[in-house]
Amino acid sequence: MKIEILGTGCAKCKTLYENARKAVEESGKAAEIVKVEDIPSIMKYGVMSTPALVVDGQVKFSGKLASVAEIINML
Amino acid sequence: MFKPFADYLVFDIFGLSPGSHLGDALNFFVYDTLKIFFLLTVIIFFVAIIRSWFPPEKTKRILSHKREYVGNVIAAFLGIVTPFCSCSAVPLFIGFVESGVPLGVTFSFLVSSPMVNEVALIMLWGMFGWKIALIYIGTGLVVAIFSGIAIGRLKMENYVQDYVWKMQVGNSEIVEQTWPERLTYAKGYTLGLLKKIWPYVVIGIAIGGFIHGYVPQDFLARWAGRDNPFAVPIAVALGVPLYSNAAGVIPIVQALTAKGMAIGTVLAFMMAVTALSLPEAIILKNVLKTRLLVTFFGIVASAIVMVGYLFNAIL
Repeated sequence: MKIEILGTGCAKCKTLYENARKAVEESGKAAEIVKVEDIPSIMKYGVMSTPALVVDGQVKFSGKLASVAEIINML
Repeated sequence: MFKPFADYLVFDIFGLSPGSHLGDALNFFVYDTLKIFFLLTVIIFFVAIIRSWFPPEKTKRILSHKREYVGNVIAAFLGIVTPFCSCSAVPLFIGFVESGVPLGVTFSFLVSSPMVNEVALIMLWGMFGWKIALIYIGTGLVVAIFSGIAIGRLKMENYVQDYVWKMQVGNSEIVEQTWPERLTYAKGYTLGLLKKIWPYVVIGIAIGGFIHGYVPQDFLARWAGRDNPFAVPIAVALGVPLYSNAAGVIPIVQALTAKGMAIGTVLAFMMAVTALSLPEAIILKNVLKTRLLVTFFGIVASAIVMVGYLFNAIL
């Protein structure tokens, strides 16, 4: 599984990355987490508000900071 | 509800006398802190629930290929309800223009979204009353509509950074949220926002309280009153570089009004603080060439100055 965190480097994006890391750890699933910070890659997903979370190429949500529990539900 | 408590705490418990400098300053501080935090918590929560129906992706779809005027008006109104954070200004701008939202319409949105926001409204309502808050929304929308139309008329599409037009934008489908999701989102949004702004609110109200208690009456009437024609442009010039923290600025400005600053000047200052800021300019530089950026700031600032003069003349 590949998780991508889309965001241009704001504070919320960093927190979301941390939450995703904890979510993967707690769920015990094998996943690779990548930060995506360049605009062209973010725009390819059609995301207009950051941070956003993408799982295996599918945008799960954008423009909010999800909690660890919420992310576990999406994995 | 909060007034008796503030009176009781300051005058009965602390034993300060009403009318004394310290008593008045502290009373103002306690009363306003309670009132503002109550309003902020309740209203931000409800606004966040409403906002969960208007993600930027939906707003973009509504505005795409809209005509001048109609598009500008809808964009300004959608700016109120669409969540906006200056850190996503770049993807938002690219998403808008790439999907065929006209440049002028995009700017109407970009002006209205940060300026007509719920924090500014709550603070104005709490400190100046609902009339001033409504006037602020109304004139804020007019400034956004007018600025967008003006920029659209100038045909400055060439002054958008070239890469923006070549960008590939994907189509993300909008997942409709369920009620529990909306409530969780609203709760998270409210707590996040409160966490971010509370120090500014407390410091702002503390400075406001100090001014209320210690600065002499009509202290500012001579410099910032309605008779000084330079007060409005100076207020706008001071407001632009300040970062959009309506929460901290409004209590200070309210106290200044009590000391003789004219209300049009106050509104102009508030709008300059929220609509235009240096960090925003730096972020927008990524998508706008300097000439368009300067034009944008120039037009919005001029519109705000006119609003200031107008209200100094009629209020």
